[in-house]
Amino acid sequence: MTEPLVKVDGISKKFCRNLKRSLWYGVKDLGNELVGRRHGGNGKLRRDEFWAVKDVQFEVMPGECIGLIGHNGAGKTTLLRMLNGLIKPDSGRIEMRGRVGALIALGAGFNPVLTGRENIYISAAVHGLTKKQTDAKIDDIVEFAELGEFIDAPVQSYSSGMAVRLGFAVAVNTEPDILLLDEVLAVGDMAFQTKCLNAIAEFRRRGTAFILVSHNMHSISRYADQVLYLEKGHIAHIGDSLQGVERYLADMHQADRGVESGLTDWSLVHGSGKVVFTRARFRNASGDQVTAIETGEPVTLEIDYERYVELDEPPVLDVGIRDREGIVYQGTSESGGMSLGKLSRKGCFRVNFEELPLNSDYVDFAFAALDRSTNEVMDWKRHVRLWINRRGAQLGRIRLHVTWSVHASEVELSSEQPS
Amino acid sequence: MSGSFITVYTPDSSLASPLRMVRMMFRDLAASRSLGWRLAVRELSAQYRQSLFGFLWALIIPLANTVVWIFLSRSGIVRVADTGLPYPVYVFVGTMLWGIFMDALNAPLQITTVAKPMLAKINFPRESLVLAGIYQTLFSAAIKVALIFAALVLMGIRPGWILLLFPFGILSLILVGTTIGLLLTPLGILYTDVGRAMPLLAQFLMYTTPVVFPMPKSGWAAVLFQCNPLTPLILAARDWIMGLPNTCLGYFLAVNLATVALLLIVWAVYRLAMPILIERMSA
Repeated sequence: MTEPLVKVDGISKKFCRNLKRSLWYGVKDLGNELVGRRHGGNGKLRRDEFWAVKDVQFEVMPGECIGLIGHNGAGKTTLLRMLNGLIKPDSGRIEMRGRVGALIALGAGFNPVLTGRENIYISAAVHGLTKKQTDAKIDDIVEFAELGEFIDAPVQSYSSGMAVRLGFAVAVNTEPDILLLDEVLAVGDMAFQTKCLNAIAEFRRRGTAFILVSHNMHSISRYADQVLYLEKGHIAHIGDSLQGVERYLADMHQADRGVESGLTDWSLVHGSGKVVFTRARFRNASGDQVTAIETGEPVTLEIDYERYVELDEPPVLDVGIRDREGIVYQGTSESGGMSLGKLSRKGCFRVNFEELPLNSDYVDFAFAALDRSTNEVMDWKRHVRLWINRRGAQLGRIRLHVTWSVHASEVELSSEQPS
Repeated sequence: MSGSFITVYTPDSSLASPLRMVRMMFRDLAASRSLGWRLAVRELSAQYRQSLFGFLWALIIPLANTVVWIFLSRSGIVRVADTGLPYPVYVFVGTMLWGIFMDALNAPLQITTVAKPMLAKINFPRESLVLAGIYQTLFSAAIKVALIFAALVLMGIRPGWILLLFPFGILSLILVGTTIGLLLTPLGILYTDVGRAMPLLAQFLMYTTPVVFPMPKSGWAAVLFQCNPLTPLILAARDWIMGLPNTCLGYFLAVNLATVALLLIVWAVYRLAMPILIERMSA
C-alpha cells in the first residue's frame, strides 16, 4: 500500500497588512507560544489581518507532481513555506513523509567572497548533508553545475545564471523524497534547463513527490498530474491539470478585459496631425464587428481617418502587431508601410488579414500614418486590442499547420496524419 | 527511499509535549555541529579575505580602549584606586576579557539578523547559528588570549600553575555572554530597538564590573558591583591569568550553574520563537 508523501489537511494561515501591528502580533504570538497555547488563537482574524491561505487540503503520492498556480499574492509561497516548516499553520495539519528538499531560494546562503567549491560545502551542509556525504558527491555537483574553472573563483564574480546553476546542482544532489520547486524551471540557458528537467524526471522515476509553483502554464500542464489553483488563499480548483490551467487562463482573461476600454486614447494625436485616426474596429469574415476571434480566423482591421490639410504625396500606413510581452509578430507588409494613394477628406482604411494563426491571449495593434520621404509621423495610435479565443490550452504564440509522419530507414511502413 | 520518518506541522505549541521537544533540541544540536562549524568558517574567512588588517581587528579595539584608560589615569582626569597590579596590565587584561564577553553577547542577535534571508527560505537546524556564533567568539578569544600572554611575557609576569584554571574563566565569559545575547535575540529580531540599546546596556555593565578600575571598597557602588554577576567572572579570569589566588570561587560557580540552567530555557525559547519570527520577516 502506498501512502501519500504529502498530506495537507485543512490548513490556514493569516497575515497582517500593517507592519507595526504585525510585529506586535508577533510579540503576542511569541508569548502565547511560550505558555504552550495553540498558534493562531481562536481562529478569528485580528485587526488588519487576512487569510493568506484558507482551508487548503491536498495529498501528493510518490512520483506525483502537483502544480500550484494562482495570481500574485494568492498564497502559493505561503503554502510552500508552511510545507517546508518555516512557518506554523494557524490551523490544520501537515504531514511530510521523508526528506524534504526545497528549490526555492537557489543560492541563498552563498557567500560572495568564497569560491564556488567552498560554497558547495556550506550549501550542502545547510541542506543537511555531512562533510563526508558532500565529499562523495562533490564531483557530481561540480559536473552538474558546468562552471568549469570558475568553480574555484569567488561567487561574486559569477553571473546570476551561474549562481543559480550552482544552487540547483547542490539541491538536486541532496536526494530528497519530497521536492518543493518555486519558479526555478525558468532559470539558466536552454541546455541547463533541459538538464534540470531530466534530473527532475529521474527523481520522479525514483518516487519523489513534487510540488511545483509556476506562472508558466507550459511547465504546469507538462509536468503536473494535478493542479491546485489558489485564489486569495482559497482553493479555486483542485484536480485535473488541464482544466485547472484553462480555468486560470480564463480568469486572467476576464481580469484583463476589464481594463480594455481605456487602452487607446482617441482624443490624443501623436504626430503632426495632418492625418488623424479617429476610431478603429475589427470585423470578422462576415463583416460583423468583433472584439475577439478564434485562432486562425481571418480578420479585418478598419481604421477611420480624417485628413486636415492637402498632401503633396499620399501617406503610407504602417501597421504593427505585438503580444503581451511586446514581441513583434509583424511590422509592416512592405518596408516603411503601404502607400494608399490619394486620400479623400474622410474615410477608412481596411487592412485584411487572411488568417491570423495567433495563439496568445490577445494582440495589440499599432498603426501610424507617415510621410514616405521625410518620415514625418502624422498620427500614431497604439494598443488597439484584439482578443484571441484559444482553443484549449494550446501552447506557443502561433499555431502552425503541421503534418506529421514517420519514416523507417528501410522503406517498409509509413503513416501520415494531419494535425 | 528513506521515506520512513514523518514530519508533522500543526498549530500546537511544542511545549505541549516537552519531552519530545527536549529530544528534538538535542537531536538538532547534534545535527548542527558541522553546519555551525561551516558557517563560522565561512564568516571568518569571508571577513578576513576582504580585509587588509584581517585578524588584527580583533585586537585593535581593546588596545585602543587600553590606551584611552592609561591616558585618563596618567593625566589625572580619572583617579583610579590601587588595583594591586601595574595599571596598564590591569586595564589591558580587563578590556581583553571584556571584549570576549562582548563578542559572545553580540553574536546571537548579529548572526541571526544576518541569516534572515536564509532563515526565511531554508529549513535548517536553527541551533547551528548559535553554534556558529560560539565558534566565532572562541576564535577571536584565542587571538586575544595569545596577545594577553605575549603582553604578560613582555611585562615579566609569570602566572604559575593556577593558569590551568584560566580556560574556565574564558568559557564562562562566553557562556554568560551567549546566554544573555540569545535571550535578547527573539525580541531583537522583531524590533531593531533591542540591537540599538545593546551598546548602551553593555557600557553600563562595563562600568559596574571591575574592568578598567578596581572594585569599590564601600558604599552603594560596592553593592552594585557585588550584585553584578559578571564581576566574579572578570575577577576570576584575571586572577587566574595573573597567577593570583581567586577570592570569589563560590560566587563564580553559582553564576555558572545558574547560567547553564538559564541557557536551556533561553535555547528552548529561541527555538519556539523562530517560526513566529520568520513569519514576520519578509520572504
